[in-house]
Amino acid sequence: MRIVAQPDRCVGAGQCVLVDPEAFDQDDKDGTVIVVRPRPESEAEIARAKEAVNVCPGRTLSLSVED
Amino acid sequence: MATPVISLERTDPYHPPAAHLEILRSDAPISRVQLPDGRRLWALTRHEDVRAMLADPRFSSDRRDPRHPSHTPYVGPDHRQQLIEMDPPEHTQLRRSVVGEFTVQRLAAWRPRIQQIVDESIDAMLAGPAEVDLVEALSLPVPSKVISELLGVPYTDHDFFQDNSAEFVRADSTPEQKKAAIGNLQGYIAGLVQEKVKSPGEDLLSRQIAAGTELEELQALGFLLLIAGHETTANMISLSVATLLDKREHLAALREDPQLTVGAVEELLRYFSIAEIGAARLATADIEIGGVLIQAGEGVMGLTNTANRDPLVFPEPDEIDFTRMARNHLAFGFGPHQCLGQNLARLELEIVLATLVRRIPGLRLAVPFDEIPFKEKGPNYGVFELKVAW
Repeated sequence: MRIVAQPDRCVGAGQCVLVDPEAFDQDDKDGTVIVVRPRPESEAEIARAKEAVNVCPGRTLSLSVED
Repeated sequence: MATPVISLERTDPYHPPAAHLEILRSDAPISRVQLPDGRRLWALTRHEDVRAMLADPRFSSDRRDPRHPSHTPYVGPDHRQQLIEMDPPEHTQLRRSVVGEFTVQRLAAWRPRIQQIVDESIDAMLAGPAEVDLVEALSLPVPSKVISELLGVPYTDHDFFQDNSAEFVRADSTPEQKKAAIGNLQGYIAGLVQEKVKSPGEDLLSRQIAAGTELEELQALGFLLLIAGHETTANMISLSVATLLDKREHLAALREDPQLTVGAVEELLRYFSIAEIGAARLATADIEIGGVLIQAGEGVMGLTNTANRDPLVFPEPDEIDFTRMARNHLAFGFGPHQCLGQNLARLELEIVLATLVRRIPGLRLAVPFDEIPFKEKGPNYGVFELKVAW
């Protein structure tokens, strides 16, 4: 499973970082998302990745089952 | 059938306006309504529908269109747009130029300073009589000082800044006094921007100037940050403390486990969702939301306070549960306009609640909960005064 981001849609709200600061960061200048750990592995990591997708206000994030 | 007129007033301090909840629980959770001032629009109450609407850029925030439902009276075609009134791509560009100031990482660096500001306010409370109006002693000054420092207001001007900010949120200010206070603050921020051009500092305004933001734009932005971040945060501080002191099992839970504070803040944001009118937009195309066709030119309002009680998303929505950790609430809106300062508000709330619980263990309401003067008429929910003692 892989986290896919479309940074052009990102509104820089940082909700993904609040959900999982180990998986997400924000660009210092424009606040847009940086996926620092694109492959969630444990169940807890996968649950947090799903939550990040759910709360993202720019609908920037999605999960892909393909590699 | 005539369009029903719905009141935006709260009749229960713990729940959104009854008229809103009725729409959510009816068989038409997307309904045509009329506001008491005559505005006609669609009210959206389901969580899923409100999110779908707010994430869709075809629902416009541009208030220069006279059909836009968010303003009375109409602001006119020459109105200078604020960030909150723009649509992409102008909105995206301006938001990106400033949102870097509000990233989770950048704000984490503010934690020690905010803690200090909160501690100073509590020191002052403890040094005086053991009964105060918390709104005046803590809820209003903390966000005011934080915004002052963020913008780079010199320390010597903090009182002027705070007094004028407080003036236009006070219950007993006349419209003239409010107007004068707003004028004072706008004039002050314009002067501050000029000052930062001459002698830049390590602050938001100076960095924006260095990045080439147009000065007039920056003045508007500075004023918006002040307005958007002051009374709203103050209202949430007061409502949160009032709730903890009324429903003391929640206070006991926080005292026992301070790590619950983050969850408490999230839950109290969901529960109160203080923006009564939610988020208003104008449909620029025919758009289907939740099985209802909204036509181009029609106004909509996403009732965030009601959507945050949607039982399909929040089981037992009227219960306060600090372990719920439902971050998908809409207290800060959704979509490209979701509150710019939300993570600053979260930080301020977390620090205020944790510090109050720790430092004033005997804190209690000095008036019965039912006698607290709530801002039940909106436009933002809150309390005018909160007498507490210890």
